[in-house]
Amino acid sequence: MKIKIIIPVIIATFVFVAGLSPLMAATTPPAQVRIDQLSKDFEPVEFDHASHVDMVGDCGECHHHTTGTASNDPDCMRCHNSGATGERVACRDCHAPDPFSADHLKTTSEDRKRYHRDLLGLKGAYHRSCTGCHEASGGPTGCLDCHLRTEAGDALFRAGKYTPAPTDKAAGH
Amino acid sequence: MSGISRRKFLTCTLVGAGATALSLKTTDAFASAKLEGYPDSMGVLVDLGRCVGCRSCEAACNREQHLPAPAQSFDDPSVFDQTFHNGQKRRTDEQAYTVVNRYEPTATDQPVYRKSQCNHCNEPACLTSCFVNAYTKTSEGAVIYNPNICVGCRNCMIACPFNMPAYSYSSATNPVIKKCIFCYDTRLKNGLPPACVEICPQQVMTFGHRKELIEIAHERIKARPDRYIDHLYGENEVGGTSWMYLAPAPFEEVGFDTTMNNEPIISNVKDFLGTVPMVLAIWPALFTGFHLLATRKHDIEQHGDDHSAHKEEEKKS
Repeated sequence: MKIKIIIPVIIATFVFVAGLSPLMAATTPPAQVRIDQLSKDFEPVEFDHASHVDMVGDCGECHHHTTGTASNDPDCMRCHNSGATGERVACRDCHAPDPFSADHLKTTSEDRKRYHRDLLGLKGAYHRSCTGCHEASGGPTGCLDCHLRTEAGDALFRAGKYTPAPTDKAAGH
Repeated sequence: MSGISRRKFLTCTLVGAGATALSLKTTDAFASAKLEGYPDSMGVLVDLGRCVGCRSCEAACNREQHLPAPAQSFDDPSVFDQTFHNGQKRRTDEQAYTVVNRYEPTATDQPVYRKSQCNHCNEPACLTSCFVNAYTKTSEGAVIYNPNICVGCRNCMIACPFNMPAYSYSSATNPVIKKCIFCYDTRLKNGLPPACVEICPQQVMTFGHRKELIEIAHERIKARPDRYIDHLYGENEVGGTSWMYLAPAPFEEVGFDTTMNNEPIISNVKDFLGTVPMVLAIWPALFTGFHLLATRKHDIEQHGDDHSAHKEEEKKS
């Protein structure tokens, strides 16, 4: 069960920096990020990091922690005003892929003094970060605009070839 | 009533006082038995402001619970326009243990989507109303039921303040109750979050210990007072529920009943029901006692006569 969770996380590491040293990884932004946490129901998303860097320019628009610029969030700056460079830059470094697993809940429950207790999981962080910006800037916001469904996904949503045949019942009783 | 002797009066007073003391004690015992819920109960915090109405939760529930195919695809947003009797929106039924509805409150520019399912009360009215004891509130917080025990009386459907239990009307031979069970059998009891929580792309739902979720919810309100109504629905309603809600618009505008009392539903009836065993146990003894006392004089007189007759016989012999 754990291997099932860990494998996507490993694959989700930056494809670009796969052959580079960890030191380089901390300073060189990846050109592409493969996101495949939902690989059961959706095809992996090849996130074009490079073009987003060009488009947005400021790393702090999406990242709380960056390798150069400070966060744009004034609330973050109340405490994190000393250094802009963070060792943890990738989303998954803080946003857990399994935020509701028994292990993760145990860790957060025991760490009572932790300030960032109410932290989004990786999937929630991706979606809430991406869709918020996409809505404001006119980017794609539909589920299928970014995710292609697998056959299992079509079966899950009862869509594609699994679409129910239209009946009179569809209009309600 | 010059016929009452001192002894008889004292006995009657004692019996009466005893009965009163017993009845008072019973009421006190019930009043102090207010449950706070299981200490390690899990829960789900639903943040309506995050929901985009994708209905992935409905699809995940359908797959997890092996429910029949819906009338329309789960990615079909036209279901949000459906209305039924008296303009009611979609509700849970035997084919869907959770449904998402769309609301357009005046306070927000965006529509608000609200997922509904069993709220898993701390003191469930369905459990109270079930005369065959089909329902169980587990220590993990889930309100589950045994369909093999259910006789299909539908008392729980009437008792539930949230109108959540549904009924398998399609079954002619063995109709039973159908409702969300917090994915207890397949997930919750193994320490996993329910399927709807896990699939949600927006993390509308936060799964965790109920006590911690209450803290997190109030922290969210405090951090962003402009984004939330200052109320955590389900923290206290009907004695508290395992599923709790934060909303960006007044709760009554997004499909919630805000007239709910903070007392559990059982409080409406437990004082009365508490007296039933007392009446059954004490009244027969009490009134038998009264009867015996009331007829004692007659007995004594009869017995006295017999006794004197016996003495007379003794004298004669």
